[in-house]
Amino acid sequence: MTDVIDIRGLVKTFGSVRALDGLDLAVQQGEVHGFLGPNGAGKSTTIRVLLGLLRKDAGEAQLFGRDPWRDTAELHRRLAYVPGDVNLWPNLTGGEVIDLLGRLRGGLDERRRADLLERFELDPTKRGRSYSKGNRQKVALVAALASDVELLLLDEPTSGLDPLMESVFRDCIAEFRTEGHTVLLSSHILAEVEHLCDRVSIIRSGRCVESGSLGQLRHLTRTSITAHLESVPAGLDTLPGVHDLDIDGHRVHLEVDTNRLDPVLDALQTGGVQSLLSQPPTLEDLFLRHYGDRIGEDVEEDVQGVAP
Amino acid sequence: MTGTLTLLHAFVRRDRWLYVWWGIAVALLYVSQAWSVDGLYKTQAEFDKAAAAMEGNAALIAMAGPARALNTTGGQVTWQAAAFGAICAGLMSMSVIGRLTRAEEESGRDELLRAAPVGRYAPMTAALLDAMLANVVLGLLVVGSLAAYGLAVADSIGLGVGLTLTGWVFSGTALIAAQLTASNRAAYGLAGAVLGVAYVLRAIGDVSSPVLSWISPIGWYQAMHAFSGLRWWPALLPVVAAAAVIVGARTIFDRRDFGSGVLAARPGPARAASGLANGLGLAWRLQRPAFTGWALGLLLGGLSFGTMGDSVKDLVGDSSYSQDLILHGSNDIVDAFYATMIVMLAMIAAGFAISSALRPHSEEDTGRVESLLATALPRSTWLLGHVVVTLVGTVVILAACGLGLGVSYAAVTGDTGPALRYVVPSLTFAPAVLVLSGLARLLHGVAPRASVLAWLGLLVAWVVLLFGDLFHMPQWLQDLSPFEHLALMPLEDFRLAPFLVLTLVAAALSAAGQLAFRRRDLA
Repeated sequence: MTDVIDIRGLVKTFGSVRALDGLDLAVQQGEVHGFLGPNGAGKSTTIRVLLGLLRKDAGEAQLFGRDPWRDTAELHRRLAYVPGDVNLWPNLTGGEVIDLLGRLRGGLDERRRADLLERFELDPTKRGRSYSKGNRQKVALVAALASDVELLLLDEPTSGLDPLMESVFRDCIAEFRTEGHTVLLSSHILAEVEHLCDRVSIIRSGRCVESGSLGQLRHLTRTSITAHLESVPAGLDTLPGVHDLDIDGHRVHLEVDTNRLDPVLDALQTGGVQSLLSQPPTLEDLFLRHYGDRIGEDVEEDVQGVAP
Repeated sequence: MTGTLTLLHAFVRRDRWLYVWWGIAVALLYVSQAWSVDGLYKTQAEFDKAAAAMEGNAALIAMAGPARALNTTGGQVTWQAAAFGAICAGLMSMSVIGRLTRAEEESGRDELLRAAPVGRYAPMTAALLDAMLANVVLGLLVVGSLAAYGLAVADSIGLGVGLTLTGWVFSGTALIAAQLTASNRAAYGLAGAVLGVAYVLRAIGDVSSPVLSWISPIGWYQAMHAFSGLRWWPALLPVVAAAAVIVGARTIFDRRDFGSGVLAARPGPARAASGLANGLGLAWRLQRPAFTGWALGLLLGGLSFGTMGDSVKDLVGDSSYSQDLILHGSNDIVDAFYATMIVMLAMIAAGFAISSALRPHSEEDTGRVESLLATALPRSTWLLGHVVVTLVGTVVILAACGLGLGVSYAAVTGDTGPALRYVVPSLTFAPAVLVLSGLARLLHGVAPRASVLAWLGLLVAWVVLLFGDLFHMPQWLQDLSPFEHLALMPLEDFRLAPFLVLTLVAAALSAAGQLAFRRRDLA
């Protein structure tokens, strides 16, 4: 598989702020890649470097094996971009914007344009200033999806969409992928990411902290287990990877690191399992694991920043 | 009206320093005239002689106002500062009203406010009171500074009160504009047009048909004759007019829905026209409304000045001072007058060129350019589209100025020969105008956050034009204005060298700006 997006050790600074601090990211041809991270982690900066809007300070960033800063126009023919906050020209209609962006990309599929307008229930005759937030977002989505491109760069593309439109969006992305095309999807909507993405990368403070398929990532976090046993075996609390053990008569509740599930199940079995409820980690757990302790670390970073 | 005072309090708190700075700037505009006059003329005889020359100069009268008591310090202050002071009060009122009414409504903040327990009229009333208060501050600072300088107190009060009242009228017209249009940008355009019309009406009125000055709020202000037999009754006119426009604004406000103007938004085309397919097509589409406004406005400006025909001859005296100042050694009074008008119109046209050159900056600032440059449109091509619109737009607008002048001059004098006579002279100022827009382009490329400073160039040019010769400014200062280097056609013969040099400077500034833009991060 060739990498459509290949970023290694990317650094981008704004004054004294290091927005990207040695970021690595690889997106393969034909996958929908989730791009997660707390606000201010550097997701939009990464995408804007990939678009050639920002100039990198160090490291490597390649799109289709080429330099996004130098080969901007040629690369842009092959991709479409949807920002999280679409600003439209107040006196241009939605239809005009869709046509303009499509033509600038090198043409758009007329049938798909009409089809998308219908599916997203978008009125193309309204002027930019009178669209609501969700409808502005739809204009950019239709413009992107109606273009004939191989790669979509989506930066929180569904902010402001209602659940119905959100599901239309998911269908469209799924169709786009079946054609063998690639998507980089930055999003905070976990259900969306879980539903669409083959692989995800989680970034924090300008660095990639986790990358892999959802299945792989789930192994990095804890599974929650509740069991009713005939008798509770001793030594559960000493098993590696067990946390928050709570024994209430014959009922046992515990959390266990997912890659250490096996010994725990063995131990439980010796007690005679009557019922067992096991909850795999949700993406939310995954998120919180990486986002959650951020207050502590930010303080630490601030202290480092102040020190000479 | 519930909540009006609370809102007013919040507005005043937020903007108080802004008003103080406006007030200081305008007070300086007035009092600096007194300083410079007193510094310039050592003897009364010298002063009388200069005053006589100014009195006879139709171009100066068109620019400033009716010439009264020009051989006194107070008379000079009134003459030089009143019209521009009124414009400043108008601009301030317009920006205060626009910002607190239509801009708030457009952004949705007003909706939040009106959902709170405040009266229907509270935000609008508070904004109006805020603007009126700001004009009071303006007037007080003018009165205070002039009285402190030592000018007659009663006349100083007259000049200050007149300014405040004129500001009130323009606050009211801005409020109407904010009700009529659905966007703040359009509201500014409309309110600005009212200011422009008021200024031009009195310009023509003061030179040839006095009745026109009586339709203009600026004319009313000058009719108070401060420092030349102050009379108070013309002050009633702005009071009545302000009341009328405020009632009018409120009536319109009652009849419109929240968020809309009077003209309901019509659906637009569902498909883009074939021209909207590249950077140039988009730049033209975006700048077309502004271009049309400027072109029509300046065509009208040319047409109105042209109506003065040959009557300007009677106004220019024949002292040797006047010969130096206005005629530049020539005998052709009409040519001299129209040459000056052409420079003025070209400087107004520079307003289009600069704002057009800054348009890419606002596109970038509002984040619209991001989606655009994520397509196959290269940055340089995108910017070039805007450059072409600035260039062609400037040339067309300058031609419109000259055409307007010539056509109405020909119509008034019955001599069709000169109908096209002022087109070329007007076009010869294109390089000067483009130097100023090139400066804007450079700032946008190098230091986008400072790009508003591009307007300083135009300010310098105006100051040099209005006060350069009059107050014998040092040559290096006058040389800063690109307009100073070009021949005053049709009064003087065309000079090729400065024309070429300025063209090269403009091209270099613009090219440097584009190169810098290509290399920097996008905002």
